[in-house]
Amino acid sequence: MSEPTAVEQYETLLAELQAVVERLERGELSLAEALHLYERGAELAAACQRLLDTAELRVRQLDSA
Amino acid sequence: MRAFSVSDLNSALRAHLEEDGLFFDLWLLAEVVEFRRYSSGHCYFTLKDEQASIRAVLWRSAAERLARLPANGEAVLAHGRVGFYEARGEVQFVVDQIVPAGEGLLNAQLEQLRARLEAEGLFDERRKRSLPPLPRRIGIVTSLQAAALQDMLTIFRRRYPLAEIVVSPCLVQGELAPASIVAALRRVYAEPVDLVIVARGGGASEDLAAFNDEQVVRAVAASPVPIITGVGHETDTTLVDAVADLRAPTPSAAAEVAAPAVVDLRQRVAELRDRAAGAIMARIEEQRRAVDQQVTLLRRNHPRRHLDAARQTVDELDRRASRAFERWLALAQTRLQGLQARLSTLSPQATLARGYAIAQRTGGQVVTDPAQVQAGEQLQLTVRAGTLLVAVEDANE
Repeated sequence: MSEPTAVEQYETLLAELQAVVERLERGELSLAEALHLYERGAELAAACQRLLDTAELRVRQLDSA
Repeated sequence: MRAFSVSDLNSALRAHLEEDGLFFDLWLLAEVVEFRRYSSGHCYFTLKDEQASIRAVLWRSAAERLARLPANGEAVLAHGRVGFYEARGEVQFVVDQIVPAGEGLLNAQLEQLRARLEAEGLFDERRKRSLPPLPRRIGIVTSLQAAALQDMLTIFRRRYPLAEIVVSPCLVQGELAPASIVAALRRVYAEPVDLVIVARGGGASEDLAAFNDEQVVRAVAASPVPIITGVGHETDTTLVDAVADLRAPTPSAAAEVAAPAVVDLRQRVAELRDRAAGAIMARIEEQRRAVDQQVTLLRRNHPRRHLDAARQTVDELDRRASRAFERWLALAQTRLQGLQARLSTLSPQATLARGYAIAQRTGGQVVTDPAQVQAGEQLQLTVRAGTLLVAVEDANE
């Protein structure tokens, strides 16, 4: 089985970011919790962008035998 | 000498004709005569040209797959094999496809195949699957020789470098191409891909024949994951296009539609980041308002405010007190004047003025009773205008 692609990493990061945003938007948190969560969101967004900036296409060729 | 039965002979003839494979997979160019369709659904007719004829049969199963049945006198291309009907010792041509001869053999075959596949429902729109929004592994079935593969890889590097591309090479033209494409498809289906592209750069339309091959078309239709075709140029349409989940006009176009562009993914991240920032700003603003409210409340409850209030109360009481005092004072003065007035009416002077006199003993004692004095005692008598010294003659009443 192949190792995870950048797509899977992106999906994982994006799903967590999405969850963070939704929790922030629900607004049931204390300010301290919200700030903490926001920092996590900012980290996730930065990690996503980094991933998108540095991704390199992987090409694998099957044997035609 | 050995005598055969007729059955033996016909059985041997049938074996000879049908089992050596010589008369399989034939196309006959002929005219249809004596066409009859039986209630069983089987059709019997004769195929002939100027010099010769042969009995032909079209079994119901084959007849049902035809777009339309041939008519008497029609020139046709009939595909089938030679069979031998032992019971009557007759040779017959067993037809499985039959098309009007006018359109050219290749076209006719293609149309027959198209009609057959369509009848099977392979082109049905309901079969079309939607593409994965973020494909992880994309299989590409194409030739390593053509520019098409490099064009597609260039597009993926630029637009969507997140994926893994699994290239399954094959021949795309020539007699061996169909089998090669089918094998390449099967190899890529065995990989954990979630999308497949079958591609072939442009070429003369006969070079695209492999993509009209029945086995290739069926292999594409059998893809376990969504499959995109990018075969030939814009104007070419092949049967694989009709069974694919999505038909792109060229290999490059197939790569473009296969995945979103990385700029769109960046945009999605940026949107979420902005939403997070918006939410936290709103939260902070809300907090600030709450603090402002607390400050207002606090100000309202500051001790100085109590003092002020107390002072105000005191001032008020003070004002009320002095007003009361003034009123009291005024009242007192009025009363005093009244008293003075009454006092003045009671003063001895006023009584004296009316003609009365006050008698006092030498010690100043006012005489109100004759028993206070003795005869011969001198008394001072005060009248309005002065005093008199008088002597008491008689102290009896």
